[in-house]
Amino acid sequence: MTRSDAVPGAAGVSSGRRVRPGTGRGAGRLLGVWPAVAFGIAGLVVWELVVVLGRVPSFLLPPPSAIVTQIGAQAPVILATTAVTGGNALVGLVAGFVIGVALALLAAASRLVQELATPVVLAASAVPIVALAPVFTTMFGSTTEVARRLVVTVVVIVPVFVSTMRGLRQVQPVHAELMTSLAATPWQHARFVRLPGAVPYIMTGLRLAAPAAVIAAIVAEYFGGLQNGLGSRISSAAANTAYARAWAFVAASIALGLLFHLAGLLVERLVTRGRT
Amino acid sequence: MTAAVALAGVDKRFGDVHALDGIDLEVGPGEFVSLIGPSGCGKSTLLRVVADLEQPTGGAALVGGKSPQQARLDQDYGIAFQQAGLLEWRTVAENVELPLHVHGVGKVERRARATDLLTLVGLHEFAGSRPSELSGGMQQRVAIARALAPSPRLLLMDEPFGALDEMTRERMQAELLRIIGETGAAVLFVTHSIPEAVVLSDRVVVMSPRPGRITEIVPGCRPVDGAATDLAPADVEDVRESGAFFSAITAVREALRKGHE
Amino acid sequence: MGSRSRTVVTTVAAFVLLIVLWELAKLVLPPGGVTVGGTRVLPRTDNAAMPHVWTVLGRLTEPEVAGAATTRTVGAAVASGALFTLGLAMGGLLLGGVLGVLLALVMQRFRLVERAALPYVVASQTVPLIAIAPLVAGWGGNIAILGWSWQPWASVMVIASYLAFFPIAVGMLRGLTSPVSADVELFRAMASGWWTTLVRLRLPASVPHVVPAVRLAAAAAVVGAIVAEISTGTRGGIGRLIIEYAQSATGDPSRMYTAILGAAVLGLVAAGAVGLLDVGLRRYRGSVR
Repeated sequence: MTRSDAVPGAAGVSSGRRVRPGTGRGAGRLLGVWPAVAFGIAGLVVWELVVVLGRVPSFLLPPPSAIVTQIGAQAPVILATTAVTGGNALVGLVAGFVIGVALALLAAASRLVQELATPVVLAASAVPIVALAPVFTTMFGSTTEVARRLVVTVVVIVPVFVSTMRGLRQVQPVHAELMTSLAATPWQHARFVRLPGAVPYIMTGLRLAAPAAVIAAIVAEYFGGLQNGLGSRISSAAANTAYARAWAFVAASIALGLLFHLAGLLVERLVTRGRT
Repeated sequence: MTAAVALAGVDKRFGDVHALDGIDLEVGPGEFVSLIGPSGCGKSTLLRVVADLEQPTGGAALVGGKSPQQARLDQDYGIAFQQAGLLEWRTVAENVELPLHVHGVGKVERRARATDLLTLVGLHEFAGSRPSELSGGMQQRVAIARALAPSPRLLLMDEPFGALDEMTRERMQAELLRIIGETGAAVLFVTHSIPEAVVLSDRVVVMSPRPGRITEIVPGCRPVDGAATDLAPADVEDVRESGAFFSAITAVREALRKGHE
Repeated sequence: MGSRSRTVVTTVAAFVLLIVLWELAKLVLPPGGVTVGGTRVLPRTDNAAMPHVWTVLGRLTEPEVAGAATTRTVGAAVASGALFTLGLAMGGLLLGGVLGVLLALVMQRFRLVERAALPYVVASQTVPLIAIAPLVAGWGGNIAILGWSWQPWASVMVIASYLAFFPIAVGMLRGLTSPVSADVELFRAMASGWWTTLVRLRLPASVPHVVPAVRLAAAAAVVGAIVAEISTGTRGGIGRLIIEYAQSATGDPSRMYTAILGAAVLGLVAAGAVGLLDVGLRRYRGSVR
């Protein structure tokens, strides 16, 4: 198994799959991506033509040209709301990452902590955590960002905890035997083998959690609270039947999600550089 | 001098499986002894008993006159497995330093020792490389250097060349003989290649399938016995083409067949 | 004590511990919370924000509308809402799953399709697709397909299926392409066609990849259904109930908690259903090398 499989459903399909000669670099690389680029452009053109020529009502789907116009017209608002939602996602991501890793380290060190934490985290992975948004709003008040950031934090803890635990458990038998033959103490075993061995898994957890943080930050806004983020702008524009404007904010959400994904990927690559 | 390894009536059972049955064996200081036999004859188990990775269910084992556990705690032996088992996040030099690092040797001394050992195995220019940048044979040489780091009097090797191709394997055998000659350590070596056992060893211990017993001990063809500082690969090549080599191979072969009957 | 019963005991203990922590927070922390520099860092712990656990559980058996002629309990309302949403989520999972499997098959069969579509499918997993939920809300009551006028619940199911579609397409494709080339070449050497290779090799080999993907898709479908109910204003589901009860939270906070409890149980039930699928397909678990 490659490490991108560490958490199922990870967006790791593109890596570690069949490699064809000639799709490596330069002109070959361009040849490799042209179907995707062509598909994207063709999709946009077809979308525009169908909507305009077929007189599709805008509540169903506005044409891309109208969305682009709205992005231009709303640029300052879009930037401000993206900053708010992105900030919430970032704060929650950092907090959830730290808590998730710390919890996993505790769980790895103590069997009792592991047995208590594992069912709770597993349940949390099945439960719609975003539904906690109104709870946190009641507990912390609807005039601060704390509630939303907490939702993001809880959402992030789950994948980070799961993949960190997996990394800490994944010790190659040959390394375990080596440390035994070296008469290493349990602490040395953790320091020399388990912790450094878990780093790629921890980073995978971060990469998976980064876009999830954005999604959680947006969805949390649908449950009320302050009206200054992307999610609330999408709902209010849709409620006012300004569909092209709503789609402009959707485009910004997509850009924000991709930004977090790429940042997570970059951090993962930097930290695990030079490893097989 | 005390024997590097002394086994008297060593027995090992895993539940109902009788893996080792009354093994008596002595490995002298600086001696190279190979264990050979079919899969499941307990040769690896025997090596792991010496390494204190398994506890015998009967008999007594002494490593350099101490219990295996004491020998492990005192780092009296070095060990190499079939997989090199290098830590991919450490550089080649840091991997060689690992045993010294675990036992609190200072950084300067560690680095000097790693440089010496990497020179010995011919990889000093790769000191700063990552293990993933090395070929399989080179990784195994790093693993041998790591095993030698605490200057052990005994080297335990569990099919260290089992995963290498035949050419690399033969080159590694010549390298190993040179390295061992320079350090003067005794070696207990598990293999299932008859030529490998014969060319390396002073004595080849032939084992039978379950329960693992010693069928016969055949003299090997190790080119120079004891300490040798200038063993050339050509000397090892000469052995491989000698009549003594072929007759020893025949002797091991017959002993293996006898063990099956 | 067997390892299994130990797991049961520690699982129960874990959740009891959570309840104890909740009640402890109410006891120890100041009722108004702790505010540092205008930001509340510790929650309000009075009964209006954090009701006692037993108050919440007790609320389940009380009538939803006090003094009404037909008395439905809050518990019954929550259960029927959760069931309604579960139906939509599972319907969405099925719809999205079938489409996802079809796309994966086409991508496996035609490399050009894979190269054109896969980057978007992968990227879609990192993108807040759920953001479009409020936009699908506009469909309700405004369009008709073959004489059938579009119902709000159909929007909810579309969102749920949309979210379930992508993980399944990705997981299925990964599973279909998981057999090592030696196995594929063996089938080729036996002159098996694409269909035989699919049924005898690729589908069994895909199970270990598909089951986790379905688990993810089920969770996504549940979240999608709840969020879609909220943003489309669809009545009858647990998502709407959460919002309704949250709006009346100042008067009766424990009601909101019962609805959220219902949502949690709903998620667990959906995960349990996928668990059954996993058990049913157990024999294909080790089929990937």
